[in-house]
Amino acid sequence: MTCCLPPPDFIEAAAGPIRRGPSDDEIRMASRDIGKGMRQTDLSVPAVHCGGCIQTIEKALNALEGVDSARVNLSTKRVAIHWPDGSTLPPMVETLVGLGYEPHLYETEDSQKDRTLPGLIRALAVAAFASMNIMMLSGSVWSGADGATRDILHWICAGLTLPALLYSGRVFYRSAWNAISHGRTNMDVPITIGIALAFALSLYDTIHSGHEVYYDATVSLIFFLLIGRTLDHVMRERARTAVKGLARLAPRGALVLGDNGAPEYLPLREIVPGMTILLAAGERVPVDAVVLSGASDLDRSLISGESLPVAAEAGTRLEAGVLNLTGPLTIRAEAGERDSTLAQMVRLMEVAESGRNRYRRIADRAAELYSPVVHLAAFAAFLFWMAFNGDLHNAVTVAIAVLIITCPCALGLAVPMVQVVAARRLFDAGIMVKDGSALERLAEVDSVVFDKTGTLTQGAPQLLDLGDIAPETLAQAAALAAHSRHPYSQAVTRAGSDLTTMPGFTEISELPGFGVEALLGADRYRLGRADWALSAADSAGGTVLSRNGVELARFAFADGLRSGARKAVTALGEAGLAVEIVSGDTRAAVAAVAEELQIADSAGGVLPGGKADRIAALRTGGRKVLMVGDGLNDAPALMAAHASMAPSGAADVGRSAADFVFLHDDLSAVPLALAVARDAGRLVRQNFALSALYNAIALPIAIAGYVNPFIAAIAMSLSSIVVVLNALRLGWSGYRFYRWPLHQPAVAARP
Amino acid sequence: MSDFFYLIPISIVLGAIGLVVFLWTLRDGQYDDLDGAAERILYEEDEPRRDKD
Repeated sequence: MTCCLPPPDFIEAAAGPIRRGPSDDEIRMASRDIGKGMRQTDLSVPAVHCGGCIQTIEKALNALEGVDSARVNLSTKRVAIHWPDGSTLPPMVETLVGLGYEPHLYETEDSQKDRTLPGLIRALAVAAFASMNIMMLSGSVWSGADGATRDILHWICAGLTLPALLYSGRVFYRSAWNAISHGRTNMDVPITIGIALAFALSLYDTIHSGHEVYYDATVSLIFFLLIGRTLDHVMRERARTAVKGLARLAPRGALVLGDNGAPEYLPLREIVPGMTILLAAGERVPVDAVVLSGASDLDRSLISGESLPVAAEAGTRLEAGVLNLTGPLTIRAEAGERDSTLAQMVRLMEVAESGRNRYRRIADRAAELYSPVVHLAAFAAFLFWMAFNGDLHNAVTVAIAVLIITCPCALGLAVPMVQVVAARRLFDAGIMVKDGSALERLAEVDSVVFDKTGTLTQGAPQLLDLGDIAPETLAQAAALAAHSRHPYSQAVTRAGSDLTTMPGFTEISELPGFGVEALLGADRYRLGRADWALSAADSAGGTVLSRNGVELARFAFADGLRSGARKAVTALGEAGLAVEIVSGDTRAAVAAVAEELQIADSAGGVLPGGKADRIAALRTGGRKVLMVGDGLNDAPALMAAHASMAPSGAADVGRSAADFVFLHDDLSAVPLALAVARDAGRLVRQNFALSALYNAIALPIAIAGYVNPFIAAIAMSLSSIVVVLNALRLGWSGYRFYRWPLHQPAVAARP
Repeated sequence: MSDFFYLIPISIVLGAIGLVVFLWTLRDGQYDDLDGAAERILYEEDEPRRDKD
C-alpha cells in the first residue's frame, strides 16, 4: 500500500543514535493503573491514517513480550497498550519508531474521556425516540381521529413528551438559566420559554379534551436544536483531540542526579532550585537553569524567536523550553516549575486574555434583538384577541402559537450548522478550529501580525547554493550529518537525502559545538566549524566539509521562507488587510524577511510582553488583529489578539492559546482560513435573513389565529431544512486553489 | 378500531427497545472509533478485541 510508506522523518530516525519518542521513564510515569494488575499507556501516533497502519501496529505490538493487548483508534490517532504491572516496560516506543510511526505522549491531565458528548448523544437519542413516536401518533390525530380516541392519543403523546422535556431539554434550560442569572440573554432563553409554554398549553388542552396540542412541536424543537448542539460539540472536540495529539514540546520531567550520585527521573513539579540535572542531546530544558559542564548548541527559536543556534558552555543560562541540540549537558536548576520562563509567559497570557472575553457571539446578539420582538408580538396578539372577543383560552392559544411558530428553530440552527460545515472544510485542509466564535472573530479581522521565526520562515536553516556542491561531496556530507541533531546537519541531510550512494564511514563521533568527524579508509573527514575542520587558519568562518584538514566544500545556510509565505502575504494584502511582522529576532534578520515579502511594517528584537503591547496598541487604534505565531514568546500576543493562529510545530502554550492550529507546512492556511471564515459569516447572515423572512410571513398568520399544530410542524421543519441546506453551500464553489498535496499523511483526515 | 390500541403500545415498546440498545452500544464504546471500524472490516483477521474482557 503506497500510502503506508514510512513518513519522511523516518530517514532521520534510522540514521542516528538519537533516541526518538518519549523515554521509558516518561512512559512509565504517564501510564495509568486499570486494575487486575494491568497498566495502560496511551500514545498519540499522528502518522496512523489507514487500515493498513492499524494492522501493522497492532500486529507488531501484540507480538511483543510483555504486551497484553494493543488497540489503535484511527479517529483519534492513538494507541492504547495494556501491559502487566511490575514487568519490565515492553519496548513499544522502539517498535513504533522502527515501523516509522513515531509516538508521543499527550496531555494526560485532561485526557479524561469527553463526558459531554455521550451526554448530548443520549439526550439526542431520547428526543429522537420521543419525537418520532409523537409524530406517528399526531399523524393519526391530523388524519381525523376525534372524540375519546383523540384524547387517548393526546395523553400518550403527553407521556412520551415527558422524557424529552425533562431529560433532553436540560441542555437548554441550564444554558438559559446560566445566562439569565448573569443578567444576560441568549438563544436558549426564548427556546426554553417556547418549550415550557407550548407544553403547558398542550397539557391544559389535553386535560380539557381540546383539539389542538403542540407536543410534536415541543419535542421536534428539542430534537432539531440538539442536532445542531451535538454537531457543534463534535466539531470542537475533534479539533481539540487533533491538537492534543501533537507532540508535547515541554518535558514532563528530568533526570536528576541524586545525593548518592545515582540519576533518578523526577516529574517536573518535584524539581527544586539547586538540583543537578542531566540533559541529553535532543531534550528540552525542563526548568530555568545554568550549565555546569558540557558543551553543546542550543536552539532557542521557540523561546525567543532567534533563528540561529547558539553555543552553550559552562555558565550559560538556559530558559525552560530551550532545545539542547548536540551534546549532553549537566545543568543546575535555578527555578522550580512555577517560576520558570514558561510560567511567567502563562501569567502574561492571563493578563492578555481579559481582552478577548468581551466578545459576544453573533447568535447571542441576534437573540437579544429577537426575544423582545417575538415576546412583544405574542403579548400584543394576546391583548388583541382579549379585546376582540374576550376569550381567554383562545387568546392564550394564539399567543403561544405565535411563540411556537416563530420559535427560533431555524435561528438556533442557523449559526452552528454553518460553523460545523466551515470547520469541516478547514479540517480537511488541515486547519483545526477551537470553537465557533473563533470563526466569527476571524471574519472581522482587518490586520495581521506575523511572527518571523517558525511562522513566516521554517524555523530551521536550509542549505543554500546547492548547485555548487558536487553530488559525491554532498553525499559524504549528508552521511556525516545524519549523525547529528544540529539544525545545520539536518539541513545537509535533507539536501542529500535523495542521493543513494552512502559512503562507509567508520568511527563516527560528534564534538558538540564543533561538528562531526569520521574515518573513510585512512582519511579523516570533518564536517563542522571551519576553524576546527581545517588545519590551515581560516578567517572566513562558516561550515565546511574537510578531508585531512583540506576543504572539500563550504556550506551556507539561511532560514528559508515557509512554503506559501509569499502567496499568503499577497493574498492577505489583496483581501485588504494590513500585514506586519513583530519578531524577537535581530532587526537585520527581520528586515531581510520583510523586504523579501514586501511587508512595510516590521519590528525586530521585541520582547514577549512587547508583542502583546503591540497588539493592544493596534486594538486601541480600532484595529481587529489576527496574530500568527509559533513561539513561547508569541503566546501572550496570541491571547491578546482578536483571533490567532499557530502552526502545529508551535510551543505547547502557543498552541493552546491559538484559535486555529494548522497542520500543513504551507502558510496559505492563513488566507484560506480567512476566506472560509468570511464565507461562513456571509452564510450566517443569509441564514438570519432567511429566518427573519420566514418569521415575517409566519407571524401575521399566527397573530391572525390561522395556525394549527399541523401547519406549525410543517413550517418549522421547512425553515430548518432551508437553513441547513444553505449552510451546506459553504465551499461548494471554490477553495480548490488551496488544495495541497498531502505530503503529511498524518493529517489526511477523513470525516 | 380496538386493534389500533394494541398496536400503539407494541410500537412504543419496540421503539424503546431500540433506544435502550442504542444507549448500550454507546456506553460500550462502539462509536469511539468510527473511522477505524470502517477500515477494520476490510481485513481478514476477525479476532475478538483483546482489550475487552
